[in-house]
Amino acid sequence: MNKRKIFLLRVKAIARKEFIQLRRDRRMLFIAFMAPIIQLTLFGYAATLDVKSVPVVVCDMDQSMQSRAILNDLTASGYFVIQEREPSIRDVRKSIDENRAMVGIVIPEGLERDINGGRKAHIQTIIDGSNAIYATMVRSYLERIVTNRALELSADEMSKNGIKPFTPLDIQQRVWYNPTLKSRDFMVPGVFALVLMIISTVLTSMAIVKEKERGTIEQLIVTPIKPIELIAGKLLPFAIISLIDITLVTMVAVFWFQIPLHGSFILLFLLSALFMLTTLGLGLLISTVSKTQQQAMLISMLLIMPIILLSGVMSPIDNMPVAVQYFTLLIPLRYFIVIVRYIFMKGSGMSILWPDTLALAVFGVVLFLLSVSRFNKRIG
Amino acid sequence: MTQPPVQAVNLRRMFGDFVAVDNITLSVEKGEVFGFLGPNGAGKTTTVKMLCGLLMPSSGSAQVAGFDIATQPDDVKSSIGYMSQKFSLYSDLTVSENIDFFGNIYGLDNSRLKLRKEEIIKLTGLDGKEHVITSTLSVGWKQRLALGCSVIHEPRILFLDEPTAGVDPDSRRMFWDLIYSLAQKGMTMFVTTHYMDEAENCTRLGFIYNGKMVASGTPLEIKRTRMTGTIIEIDTDAPSDALKLIKPMESMDEVSFFGRLIHAVTTAPAGTADRTIKNIGQLLQQNGITVNRINTIPPSLEDIFISLIKQEDRQGGHQ
Repeated sequence: MNKRKIFLLRVKAIARKEFIQLRRDRRMLFIAFMAPIIQLTLFGYAATLDVKSVPVVVCDMDQSMQSRAILNDLTASGYFVIQEREPSIRDVRKSIDENRAMVGIVIPEGLERDINGGRKAHIQTIIDGSNAIYATMVRSYLERIVTNRALELSADEMSKNGIKPFTPLDIQQRVWYNPTLKSRDFMVPGVFALVLMIISTVLTSMAIVKEKERGTIEQLIVTPIKPIELIAGKLLPFAIISLIDITLVTMVAVFWFQIPLHGSFILLFLLSALFMLTTLGLGLLISTVSKTQQQAMLISMLLIMPIILLSGVMSPIDNMPVAVQYFTLLIPLRYFIVIVRYIFMKGSGMSILWPDTLALAVFGVVLFLLSVSRFNKRIG
Repeated sequence: MTQPPVQAVNLRRMFGDFVAVDNITLSVEKGEVFGFLGPNGAGKTTTVKMLCGLLMPSSGSAQVAGFDIATQPDDVKSSIGYMSQKFSLYSDLTVSENIDFFGNIYGLDNSRLKLRKEEIIKLTGLDGKEHVITSTLSVGWKQRLALGCSVIHEPRILFLDEPTAGVDPDSRRMFWDLIYSLAQKGMTMFVTTHYMDEAENCTRLGFIYNGKMVASGTPLEIKRTRMTGTIIEIDTDAPSDALKLIKPMESMDEVSFFGRLIHAVTTAPAGTADRTIKNIGQLLQQNGITVNRINTIPPSLEDIFISLIKQEDRQGGHQ
């Protein structure tokens, strides 16, 4: 038999064995196929930054038409819900302290009198700033609602005095790609990338260390099998599983979360496969350096955490310190996040995505070859 | 080809400053059952690893199945089988799946694999267990399957590293029957073991200690040539007191327990054993110990290896 035939025979034998073992291992089956779906579903719901139904505590000391109008604007917006009405400022503070409300609104006595008398009236808002991102958004919503009210009041005043009300400056906002600014449309593609990375890295890292832990590698290394044949046979099943996962996870994103996929699924699929080269390589590397499955799991988790935080999926890379920004260039997930988001939201093609694709390809090939050569040295 | 299947010349392996295998020279003929003996840490496994092409020798050379272990390790691996003491097949695969897997890894095509699989199942007596998940087999059956998988490609030499460790006596006997039947077909067997009764079954032995080959030959040759003293076996009702009394006696080399019995090796010249026996008998009786039986016995391999180890240790101490 010639060498190529033997190569294929051995790769097929290893791959078939992996599939048989996977079929008999319910836990691994679950991790391979159910975990990505469950993770995407949970994260898809959890990773939302939308402001909705913020609990508000109100202390309305004016009890007038004007004060009611302001509160009505707040609740009509849908962003705020009046949870409690308290008679004193002290009670407002207590409500926020005890997490019953996130926003406190204090309307002092004499509001209506001041407005009708042509004097500037004041209302106080208190925002729980313990979640800075959320608080910033709440503040801007509050400001917008109160400003609108103020504009309306001055318009009323002007027309009462016979002046034609006008607005000197107005913004005409158009938000592209995500017109309603739903954070889910932006977060789910990010989570899509995370889930693929976690699953393929963890599964691969288990692949070889399992043979070490059970001692079966002993019997393999006395056979004439070559390291490259072993790696090919080992990675093939996980590459196939990952490709199935890409399809499953895309379906959850598009059909369950109704995330519009503006770009081409084929392109998304192919570039995801390219990204897999880096995660399979990383998994193989972890497998080579660890002795037990537990060790491999721990190393995976320790690596995956910083990768996620530095990838730009949670917070924009532009907001990071400059030194850290440079460091993120070394993280393949960073490029993949851009690719996934652009394909999903902007429908971008290769003419836009080529720099990120190129970076991903370079990382994929280098990381993959590095881990293969390291594996050769350890086992061969 | 007249070259023996296994031939090593001055094989040596260092780990840092430590000499694990020290200039071992050995050769094993076709169809032999070669027993490679020695206590744990003597260098057995390191030697076997080198002969299997897994570990480079620091110096010296060896040919296995006509291939050089240092320059042609892949050819060596294709021509040998290896079975370790630790079960290292896939316990979540069935018997049949394990055989298929290793058959393919050794490059057997489907028609040859089918043929060999039938032969292996018959040889190991695993008929009817083909579709049993391996983890549910008993230790004895697992060992037979491991043996079967390691000879799937009809290797010229089979290395067995303590193959019967932890196996019950009945299964051990059956396992050795298998080894003989393979050897009769011309397969060369290289077995490491520390069971001395198994060593008696080998056609030739090599005894390794501290990385050195301290004795080799057929079991009979070793017994005849390597035992310098005479062994006196003593059966008393107070063995530990008796041992304390006999040990300081003149011309006593090595006195040790052998189960409830005492084996005393005397360095006195041959023919004077009767006088030594009488002296021991008197000494014990004077101290009120009942002697049930006292006589010389032919040395067992275990006696010889204990005495060889003591000899080596003494020589090592002089250096």
